[in-house]
Amino acid sequence: MTNTATTDRPDMIEFRDVHKYYGDYHALRGITATIKAGEFFSLLGPSGCGKTTLLRTIAGFESISSGVVLIDGKNMEGVAANVRPTNMVFQSYAIFPHLSVEENVGFGLRRDPMSKADKAKAVAEALEMVGLKGYGKRAAHALSGGQRQRVALARALILKPKVLLLDEPLSALDKKMREQMQVELIRLQRQVGITFILVTHDQEEALVMSDRIAVMFEGQIAQLADPETLYRRPNSRKVADFIGTMNFMPAKILSENGKVEVEAMGFGRVELDASQVMGSGSGEVSVGLRPETLTILFEGQTATDRESMATVEEVVYYGDMTYYDLRLDGADHPVRISMRNVFGRPVLDIGARTRVAWSPGALVLFR
Amino acid sequence: MSGSAWERFRRSEAASGYLLVSPPAIYVMLLLAAPMATVLFFSFLTSTGGSVSTPFTLQNYAEVWSGRIYQAIMMRSLWVSMSVTLVTVLLAYPIAYFISFNVSPSKKSLWLFLITIPFWTSYVIRVSLWRVILGYDGIVDSTLMSVGLASEPVNILSNGVLSIVITLAHAYAPFAILPIFVSLEKVDRSLLEAGQDLGESRFVTFLRVTLPLTMPGVIAAVLIVFIPTVGDYITPELIGGGKVPMIANVIESQMLKQRDQAMGSALAMTVMLIVAAVSVAFVLLNRRFLGARK
Repeated sequence: MTNTATTDRPDMIEFRDVHKYYGDYHALRGITATIKAGEFFSLLGPSGCGKTTLLRTIAGFESISSGVVLIDGKNMEGVAANVRPTNMVFQSYAIFPHLSVEENVGFGLRRDPMSKADKAKAVAEALEMVGLKGYGKRAAHALSGGQRQRVALARALILKPKVLLLDEPLSALDKKMREQMQVELIRLQRQVGITFILVTHDQEEALVMSDRIAVMFEGQIAQLADPETLYRRPNSRKVADFIGTMNFMPAKILSENGKVEVEAMGFGRVELDASQVMGSGSGEVSVGLRPETLTILFEGQTATDRESMATVEEVVYYGDMTYYDLRLDGADHPVRISMRNVFGRPVLDIGARTRVAWSPGALVLFR
Repeated sequence: MSGSAWERFRRSEAASGYLLVSPPAIYVMLLLAAPMATVLFFSFLTSTGGSVSTPFTLQNYAEVWSGRIYQAIMMRSLWVSMSVTLVTVLLAYPIAYFISFNVSPSKKSLWLFLITIPFWTSYVIRVSLWRVILGYDGIVDSTLMSVGLASEPVNILSNGVLSIVITLAHAYAPFAILPIFVSLEKVDRSLLEAGQDLGESRFVTFLRVTLPLTMPGVIAAVLIVFIPTVGDYITPELIGGGKVPMIANVIESQMLKQRDQAMGSALAMTVMLIVAAVSVAFVLLNRRFLGARK
């Protein structure tokens, strides 16, 4: 998942204050970011946030209104899509329906000077790499969704691009297929070492696959970080809400001198580190915590840090997990927590009183 | 037993289907199949002064297939109709492409509507107007002379075949534009981006992706233009002034002027056979392209 080595790598893509207007609509509002060579980078956000537009400015399908896009140090202004060192896997896969699988995969090799036999070999290798060995002669329209996806990947990777662009490539697949392809994409990316840029609205997908993620809202990057930082230290309530589940409790700041002392509903007085404090101080003050940072204490267990009492308000049983809505004593609304189900341990009933363990270090303060 | 089978049929979906299709089926039988069978029958009979009678003979066909004049006129008909098809489809494709790719979606139906405007006037009137445009001292001549491109009237109308091709190409343009437009609309635009993404210029992408994918539309256009123009009767009559007859004019003259219905029938059947052969060839070609998508 997190790959710290990426920070040492050279820049592959650089956006400098990129703006894009469609008429009056301001689709990209000053994007500045760099993507490292060999990185698995994700653009994550709700639909209409500009993530696909940003991806298409890299591919050259979308011109930019102002700013600079650099690929491998070269300014892409006026460089047509067909000469950019990027290849794309389209959301619809865009498999040519009138061509066979191998004609699709070999489409981009027409201008390559290598011999016909070498091209055929390259196509066969590319098909093998994506797990479609022996499918070359099939008609493209006879393929399943997952197979089309693989053809699209092979067709792009065979050209050895500097950057592979993936526009919501997994959104059309069913859950099982999607999870399988996620793992395969990660494997492929490690194998070929090419920079992958993935556009997705699925936060889980982004967390699973990426070295770094840019979370976008309304044409701007809200936070750019590795998955763990994004999950544990989201820099705003909005990002926190978009990535996984975050419980919010209203809070009051009591004192501030290096550390911040707050009074949070249901948690009482807690002292937080400066790294746990997010926001400029203009928003409403609240603390956030993830569902797994609150643990129900069963008989004989003791808290290592803090302990509170709570009442069970809702139980959602998922087999391997149980989700509880717990109302901490003194709180006006419940928090959702997740517990791994362990053999021999009971699932609590609605209305049960229970002790819960938590740690101030897991809280994030938004203000 | 048979009663219950009939009862079951009467209630089945097939029965209501047959019921629905029977009025047009009867119409087609009476007004298309029956006359064609008659023509086929006549073509094997002997002509006797304005009528036909036995004995059965192949003499009519022998004459049609060996007659120099018939051959020449048949070839001219095919030549004119192929030229018309070629010109029409070549001109229709860019127009259809423009409407499909360059006109904003909200304005497309307006454009298609505008293209059908020529149909608001009668075909005969449109053909007559081309006489005025192409004829001696007509609009083309006066324009050319006034801008100094010609010193005397060109009189395109005196070139019978050329003026017939121009007139027919104009008349059949919408028939070619529409099927090509429909096939262009069906092309997934991301395929064109994919073509460019894979390193091809817009033009090469057009050749490798758009054109093959729109071949069914092109073939439909070819058939729609080719089939009726082979047998076109009015245009040679009005534009060519009857001086460059096409096969339909000969059939008309055999049937109505010379009162040789056997000969006329044999000619008509021959034309049908040739058109059918060409059409089947194109339909097979179309199936090849259709088979490649879905």
